[in-house]
Parts: sequence; C-alpha cells; structure tokens
Amino acid sequence: MLHISNLTKRYGGQIALDSVDLSIAPGERVALLGHNGAGKSTLMKMVLGLLAPSGGAITVAGHAPGSRAARDLTAYLPENIAFHPALTGREQIRHFLRLRGRPASEADGLLDKVGLADAARQRIGTYSKGMRQRVGLAQALIGRAALMVLDEPTSGLDPVSRREFYALLDDLAANGTAILMSSHALSEVEVRTDRIAILSKGRKVADGSLSALRAAAALPLTVQLRPQPGQAAQLAATFPEARQIGEILTLACAQSDKSEILSRIAARRTLIEDFDFLPPSLDDIYVQISRSAA
Amino acid sequence: MLTRILSTFGIEFAIALRNRWLSIAVVMMVLFSLVLSVAGSAPSGEFGADRLSLTVASLTSLSVYLMPLMALIISFDAIAGEVERGTLPLYLAYPVSRGELLIGKLAAQLVLISIAVCLGYGVAAAVAFWFSGAEAIAGLPALWRLVWTSILLGAVFLSLGQMISSLARRPSGAAGLAIGLWLIAVVLYDLGLLAAIVADDGGAFTTRVFPWLLVANPADALRIYNLAASDAVGAASGLAGAAQSIALWKPLASLLLWVILASGLARLAFGRVKP
Repeated sequence: MLHISNLTKRYGGQIALDSVDLSIAPGERVALLGHNGAGKSTLMKMVLGLLAPSGGAITVAGHAPGSRAARDLTAYLPENIAFHPALTGREQIRHFLRLRGRPASEADGLLDKVGLADAARQRIGTYSKGMRQRVGLAQALIGRAALMVLDEPTSGLDPVSRREFYALLDDLAANGTAILMSSHALSEVEVRTDRIAILSKGRKVADGSLSALRAAAALPLTVQLRPQPGQAAQLAATFPEARQIGEILTLACAQSDKSEILSRIAARRTLIEDFDFLPPSLDDIYVQISRSAA
Repeated sequence: MLTRILSTFGIEFAIALRNRWLSIAVVMMVLFSLVLSVAGSAPSGEFGADRLSLTVASLTSLSVYLMPLMALIISFDAIAGEVERGTLPLYLAYPVSRGELLIGKLAAQLVLISIAVCLGYGVAAAVAFWFSGAEAIAGLPALWRLVWTSILLGAVFLSLGQMISSLARRPSGAAGLAIGLWLIAVVLYDLGLLAAIVADDGGAFTTRVFPWLLVANPADALRIYNLAASDAVGAASGLAGAAQSIALWKPLASLLLWVILASGLARLAFGRVKP
C-alpha cells in the first residue's frame, strides 16, 4: 500500500531524513518511533504530499503522494490536532464528510463511534484536548481509508480511551487498512502493532517486530530477591554480584543465564521469601536501540 | 467540485457569523450610509440633481475608502489564521484543491460584504425616498450601479487580503500588511498622483499618463465609473468634467480585470504556502 525508498529530506544544509526505506502492506500496522526531531512528522508530511522530498521515492498504492488519487485513499490525523473553535464537532465532521464526497448524515455515527455523541453540538472551543483528539479520530475514520497516517495519535488520551482507540485500529487493519502511526515512546504503542520502525537523527535504525527488537537490544533482565527475615546477610554472601537496596537484593541477568540463576535461587530457597524476574521495559529497549545506533 | 466549494462556503459563512463579522460589517455600512445620506444632501436643488443621486455621490467616496478596508479586515486571517491554528495541513491532506478552498472562502466573504452593502445603501435609499418622495426614483440606477461596483471592488480587496494572508503566514503580520496595502492603494496613491500633477504643471504626464494611472487603481476606477456613468451624480460630486474625460469602459474593464488578477495572485501566493 505504501512504498518508501531511499527517502531523503534536507533543509538547507541540515539533513532531516537520510535514505529511509519503509513499506507497509494492506492490513499491516506499523509504528514509527523516534525522539522529538527524529524526522517522524517530516516523513509523514512527505507521504501526504504536504512536503516535497529532496531525494528518493514514495508511492501510495502506486500513486504519487499528494495526487488526487492518493488523497482519496489516505486519512490523516495530525499531531496536536486543531479545529476552528467556533464550529461544533458535528459541523466539522459533516464538512469533512462532504469534502470526501460522502453523505454528511454519516457524521452522527462517526461521532458516536469515538464517544462524542453527547458533545457533538457543542463548539470545539469548549472541548478538552482528548475530545479534540477524538474529533480528529472521527475524521480519520471517514470512508475506511486504505492508508491511515496517524501522527502521535494517542497523546492526550487517557489509558481507557487509548484501549478503545487501539480496538478501532484493530478493526480497521482487519479490514485491510494499512496503518502508519508515530509515537515518541515504545510503551505508548504497546504490543498492538505488527512492526516497529525506529528513526534516530533522520536514519532508520531498526525495523521489525517487538520480539525482534527485544532480541536485538540484548538487554539483561533484572532479578529481585527478598530474603527471609534475618537471612539477608547470608543471602548477600551467596549472591556477591547483587546490590542491596533496602531489604531487596537486585542483580542483572543476561537472557542466556536465566536458567543458571534460577537453579542458584532454587538451591538457596530456604533463605528466600520471594523473587521476581523483570524483563527490560519497552522504553529501556527503545533507548538502547536509539543509543547504540547513534 | 461544487460540493467541496459549497461546503467550504457554508463552514466559512458560519464562522464569519459567529465571529460577528457580518454584524460588524452591516453596522459599519448602515451607520456611515445613514450619516452621509442625512447630512450630505441638504442643498440638492442647487446641482439640478435629485436627492438620491446626490446621496450616491457621497456614498461613492464611502465605497472607495470603506470597501477595501472592510474587505481586507475580513480576509487577512483567511490563510494565516489556518496556519497559526494548525488546521491547514489536514485540509490539504483532503481531496480538496487549494483553488476550491480559496473560492469557498472568497464566496463566503463576498456574500457577507454584499449583504452589508445592500443593507447599508438600502438604508440610504430609504432616507432619500423619505425626504423627497418619488423624485428619488431618478437616482435608483446610479445607486444600483454603485452597489454592484462596490461588491466588485470588495472582491478585489478580498482576494488581495487572501494573498497577503498567504504571504505573511502569521495573522499579526498579515494585519500589518493589510493596513499598509489599504493606505497605499486608497490614500497614498491618490496623493502621489496629485503631487505628480502639480509638479508636471499640465505637461505630458497629466494628459497622457495620468488618466491611465487613475484607471489602473481599482478604487479610483470605481469612483470614476460611478461619477461618469450618471450626469446627476457627476454634477453632484463637482467632478463631472474630470471623470467624463475618460471613456466609460476603461474604469469598468479595470475593475473586472482586477477581480481576475487579484484572485490569480491570491491563488499563486496560496500555492507557495508549505504547511
């Protein structure tokens, strides 16, 4: 659905994007990650035809980005979405429907779908950030686009709304919509994307499933041991590599050493009240990959 | 295409209504028209003109100054406001062309200005009929001429306002540019011509170049056309001789050309805006 090859964007002497390749198949959900200024929004604006590339090529279902055919197929949710404050949510969505050549009567159904049915007749100027984001989402849902470009779609949404949002995306992807969404944190996109591409300083430094990224980052697990009352000193002696924080002993454990540590714990189970294996957090993985590429 | 333009028109008109632009424009036009028509037509008999023609002569000056100002005030935010709010990228990602967006906005603003002009000048006509009865019918063609040429002049400056709005990209900058354009087009241009005539002292500039320069300014073109097209209005303004030395089609052609030129410039400037 979306093919990007060798995409480069320069602003004067500065390189915003450097030879980026990315493809998204119909029904695939791809998250684009990167710190602020990594080039996510620039890439998205070029996919939409709002910015001209300095080099490389983009096609949307075979069409040039920004062409009428490509715009007919593409839905967009901009970062920090804004609308004219004097309009009501319902008026705004009816307008967007007519611009897409669809009946304005679909507006109420769309607003209901994003949970805005009650506020539909209030002016957008009175909406909270989360409500504006929902109006933005409602317009992106118009006409089941073949490609959805979502720039930081979950910022401003509470955890419950975020769940509902991902449920809507699942539904769209199941019907063949290709989804490109950006985020600045891996923990935001959760596991509900098929692939994750990471941009760092304009270059693509990773592209794969979450488990592939996890393996590539090769970060150790954290093991936490809680000693039985009065056994702290003895336990610390048998795990000399551990650091003691309060009562808890903490040590790092490489993925390959898991079973060895587990058998050491089993051998001293009389000294241990409880233990935990903590995998590296998604943000740890993201920071590690971004940093090792830099 | 028509659906997209009409929808943009509808949304822009709703915004203009809620921003009180329509009320402000109507109040401005009605107030000025009322003052000019009541105060400015006492000595009607002396000029051999009916009371309404006399009023039209005063209203012509009102159009020359107020229409460009009103049009620029209404349109300077058209693009810069969208850029500042951050609403432009989404519109440009929709299957709607920049030309369609501009036409929709222009149409809404033009309807707004037309309502203000019709109501304002309608009040002036009512005053003339109130004071002089059926005699004022003689001035109706002149009033009608003033109404539609004023709307044309409004269209020119609405497009110029959109152009400025695209070039400035910030509402504050666009507002400054709009005031500057108004000062130059409506005030300084005429002063400059006056100074040039005085300096030229009846030479080649005054006889050959000056008439063209006068017609080339859309605001002056409106004045000349309205004064020259009606003997009564011309007589009332005291400028009949000057105005009638220029063929009637020239100022009209100038106004129409400016409508096309200004909208083309607005489209060009909007085309250069990168969201």
